[in-house]
Amino acid sequence: MNFDPRFSGRNFTSVGTRPIRPDGVDKVTGRARYGADFNMAGQLVGRILRSPHAHAVIKKIDTSKAEKLAGVKAVITAADLPDLTDGDAAMYDILDNCMARKKALYDGHAVAAVAAIDARTARQALKLIEVEYEVLPHVTDVDEAMKHSAPLINDAIFTEGLEEKPVKPSNVSKRTQYGHGDVHQGFAQADMIVERSFKTEQTHQGYIEPHACVASVNADGTAELWVCTQGHFVYRQHCAQLLGLEASKLRVTSSEIGGGFGGKTHVWAEPVALALSRKAGRPVKLVMTRDEVFRASGPTSATSIDVKIGAKKDGTITAAEATLRYSCGPYAGMWAEIGAMTAFACYKLENVKTVGYEVLVNRPKTAAYRAPSAPMAAFAVESAVDELAKEIGMDPVEFRIKNAAQEGTRASYGPVYGPIGIGPTLEAVKNHPHMKAPLKANQGRGMACGFWFNFGGQTCTDLNIGMDGSVSLAVGTVDVGGSRASLSLVAAEELGIDYSHVKAIVADTSSLGYNDMTDGSRGTFSSSMATISAARNAIKVLRERAAQMWDISVDDVAWEAGHAVAKGEKHGNLGKLSLKEIAAQSGKTGGPIAGHSELVADGAGVSFATHICDIEVDPETGSTRVIRYTVVQDAGKAVHPTYVEGQYQGGAAQGIGWALNEEYIYGKDGRLQNPGFLDYRIPVCSDLPMIDTQILEIPNPNHPYGVRGVGETSIVPPLAAIANAVSNAVGVRMTHIPMSPPRILAALEAEREG
Amino acid sequence: MAGVAVSTTINGDHVEYLCQPDETLLEVLRDRLGLTGAKEGCGTGDCGACSVIVDDRLVCSCLVLGAEAEGRQIETIEGMAHGDQLHPLQQKFLEHAALQCGVCTPGFLMAAKDLLAKNPSPTEEEIRFGLAGNLCRCTGYDKIVRAVQDAANVMKGA
Amino acid sequence: MRYIRPLSIEDAVGQLAGAAGPAAVLAGGSDLLVRMKGGFIEPELIVDIKAIAGLSEITETAEGFSIGAAVPCAVLGENAALGKAWPGVVEAAKLIGSKQVQGRCTIVGNLCNASPAADSVPALVAAGAKAVVAGPSGKRTIAVEAVPTGPGRTSLAKGEIIEAILLDKRAPHSGDAYQRFIPRTEMDIAVVSAGVNLTIDGQGIIKSARVALGAAAPTVLLVEEAAEVLIGRRPDEATLERLAKICSGACRPIDDKRGTIEFRRKVAGVLAKRVATTAYKRAGGK
Repeated sequence: MNFDPRFSGRNFTSVGTRPIRPDGVDKVTGRARYGADFNMAGQLVGRILRSPHAHAVIKKIDTSKAEKLAGVKAVITAADLPDLTDGDAAMYDILDNCMARKKALYDGHAVAAVAAIDARTARQALKLIEVEYEVLPHVTDVDEAMKHSAPLINDAIFTEGLEEKPVKPSNVSKRTQYGHGDVHQGFAQADMIVERSFKTEQTHQGYIEPHACVASVNADGTAELWVCTQGHFVYRQHCAQLLGLEASKLRVTSSEIGGGFGGKTHVWAEPVALALSRKAGRPVKLVMTRDEVFRASGPTSATSIDVKIGAKKDGTITAAEATLRYSCGPYAGMWAEIGAMTAFACYKLENVKTVGYEVLVNRPKTAAYRAPSAPMAAFAVESAVDELAKEIGMDPVEFRIKNAAQEGTRASYGPVYGPIGIGPTLEAVKNHPHMKAPLKANQGRGMACGFWFNFGGQTCTDLNIGMDGSVSLAVGTVDVGGSRASLSLVAAEELGIDYSHVKAIVADTSSLGYNDMTDGSRGTFSSSMATISAARNAIKVLRERAAQMWDISVDDVAWEAGHAVAKGEKHGNLGKLSLKEIAAQSGKTGGPIAGHSELVADGAGVSFATHICDIEVDPETGSTRVIRYTVVQDAGKAVHPTYVEGQYQGGAAQGIGWALNEEYIYGKDGRLQNPGFLDYRIPVCSDLPMIDTQILEIPNPNHPYGVRGVGETSIVPPLAAIANAVSNAVGVRMTHIPMSPPRILAALEAEREG
Repeated sequence: MAGVAVSTTINGDHVEYLCQPDETLLEVLRDRLGLTGAKEGCGTGDCGACSVIVDDRLVCSCLVLGAEAEGRQIETIEGMAHGDQLHPLQQKFLEHAALQCGVCTPGFLMAAKDLLAKNPSPTEEEIRFGLAGNLCRCTGYDKIVRAVQDAANVMKGA
Repeated sequence: MRYIRPLSIEDAVGQLAGAAGPAAVLAGGSDLLVRMKGGFIEPELIVDIKAIAGLSEITETAEGFSIGAAVPCAVLGENAALGKAWPGVVEAAKLIGSKQVQGRCTIVGNLCNASPAADSVPALVAAGAKAVVAGPSGKRTIAVEAVPTGPGRTSLAKGEIIEAILLDKRAPHSGDAYQRFIPRTEMDIAVVSAGVNLTIDGQGIIKSARVALGAAAPTVLLVEEAAEVLIGRRPDEATLERLAKICSGACRPIDDKRGTIEFRRKVAGVLAKRVATTAYKRAGGK
């Protein structure tokens, strides 16, 4: 049956309400099972040996002593994994990151692993593995890495995207460019130009649950993997491909996930756990320590960005340009490219040009982090926009409204926008009481906008109707923050039944077709589309069964508010049949009733947000306090508004941490100095105020209910909003994130000394 | 390494176990007793996900040795509800959506229970500082604070 | 590895002295377990001192207070008499870690961990606190500042335990205060800190004072020159500025993940001014 995904205005019964989530009781009673909460009979403990060097050739690894230790059941190095040297380069990099083959490329890079009968034996065994390193010069700073004199991280990388193919290898893996018009001409028309350079430090997603999995590989090539992941189908694909397993024989079950934010979209230790299990012939549980999580998994890019924006006295931006350098870790990435695409996406620009450089450094492989790459670009651009507004004497909100993109605007990254929410969020901010609230001494207010693409992708759901009329919904997108509640609401809405009769689960990879992972804010967007489609397919079956029960044509049966209704004068005496009544007869009318859907959820619908924040600065110490914070964002349609608010608040909190205190600090030796929650300072409860939210609903034309993804955009504006607030509070433009107290105090002292 | 025999009380039940001298209470709870409600987020007392109450004191079970539990009264998240009757804090966390991923939730609930036992009418600031030892990366704490405020009101009325 | 829970200080001392390998004293464990987890220490013997009679108590005597080595900081905060007499010491102890850590950590542990950034130590030094050391050759009482000798190092010999911290009976018109700088509002280690303890006369003139700085040098700094600035004066603006300047100058800090040399110097002075003002008010000065 053809599924029409177009938006149709309708009155909702279930969607937009705020019921308790279906997985809630398990989570408040401690029964929910996360990655490390699962065990298998006879399981071993896996541990990974990691490089203490930022950059070193692995000359030799001697595992013989570890192998001889009583209780050790398997020791592996890269030699035990398939050699993908001449295969797919991307897969080679993924596997090399899981276990270094030739060189250790960052402090924390895995070089060997053991499986033993208990944690103590495993730890002991790691100490007995002898690795001979030839330590090489390293580079961890993004700007340093671009210099010709910088140590070369991979001599097979030649910068892509240049007009002429370079003859020498480089730490810059790729140059990309976006934009349209002629920026030179545009700047020539400007009355005022602001040009500035910005830096942001590397941050980590900081999910509270470390990576954890239990792997079990059998002698016949079948395998099971229990794992905390944002995408178990993707993990299956990658693990199978990396280890030479058949995908359908590897059953991956996603555990409850204790936060991911993009960091659990990449395989890290899972292929290692499977390889250990294969070698030991027993299940292996592998749980990362917090230290390992910081040193070896998921940080975002550190960046260095130059921005130039020009405007006329009337506030019209005439040209905008940015050069963005993003660190990728030691492997090629596409992070600067995303930054280059998002940088000016909020604005309607005649002349715009952005150039991105992907830069290799001796740091862990850069991973996605909630609207990856966009917050840093927004920090630079929105800081410059604020400064330019000030220079020409315009209110920063009015200045943005004047230049905001609209329906029909050609985005700086190429496409033409449909109906979008940047203008409405700015209007809402302009009229928000927060903007008019008085400020006290040493306080400053800032605001900023943010954009994110959102993503749809491959999606598949099964909806099964039990004989008692209750509905089980099996989805393939991992629930990272309440999507089982929102998808149950959607199923209830479409079927016309009560939410309490729907139970949503996340199915394993053997029970459902392929699903892309929960990234790109797609969980609720794409799975709700597939759920609506599956429900409509089930309704078709329900109508057929009702027709059978009534012995009339299915064409005369409509579905209204959870009931089959016989249409037409001649059936006037038939009344209606509830879903429950039809389900009860299903055994006699053709068997189980179900609806399935497999689709590519296109048309995710871009997302915009505008944030306001007030900051107080202690001018003697550079200490900051967030006094008030407001998020305004377009949700398209908020399916479960409480969890939409939660996404807004959570993204804002992460952005606040990034703006003020979070950063990877490397020593001169190239080692990470703060791989723990003590000195990697994520916001604690007493650091934050209540975070006010305002949900706007500008329907996405490409979704039946108008839904847009909401998960990521909320982390895009905070860096800039806070930088603008701090700059306004202290009277000095802050250009380096995080704005930690030493940086603020140093900026103040420099200003005082003139 | 010699095992240590421990006799203790967990959620009102008498429990005996043998543990290694360097084994933490968290490891004992999770790996020996199957009480996996307490989570290891850091293992260094910085995140609070492993919070339990020992003799009326809130502690990180990763910073207590299993051997130290001898003769103590230990409360974990598994003992918070009475049968199928959720504790008001559990109920309010659900109603306010004070959890997204939920991995920090058991620790927050134990900390909030301890907070309200010692201060039944906390201000917002007292709640925020009282829960500062528990990290949440999903919610921005807003809904957690509101849930605790609401639970405090319900518990005072009860 | 062995875990023992002796019932007497003599037994504990004997076991520690006789240990074949590295031995560790366990009171609150909030430093020890972290170091064990990180693989920085693998003790052969863990001596849990919490079952030793008297070590988990705060006693008030004619001379002042004796705080047992196993008393958690949370208990210090709950002791009204101690909080009234030595608010600076108590507020410092209450700053260590989270609520969870408060239920376990001890000021003796904080002292013996010998971190330059230990919160309770500058307050104890400013207060003129003493440590009662029990060892194989008997007991001795030493100034708190004599305990740490460098980051992670103490003057305690093998087999020695600090069994209590002594604080004097409070002289009238006295006050103490402690503040630290941290980037967040909780859960951080001090970037730099200051403790001031002073006594004033009937006219509000400072008669005696002690000023200590934390995280400003390899060990806690007792800045006598800073105390001299206060003595004989009121904490007026000029005096406070001089105090700040001397404290900033006395620092011998390092650049690290928590702060820079310049930041620590500057903020040490700022905090010294602020705590001196608080201590003065607590002493009854106006």
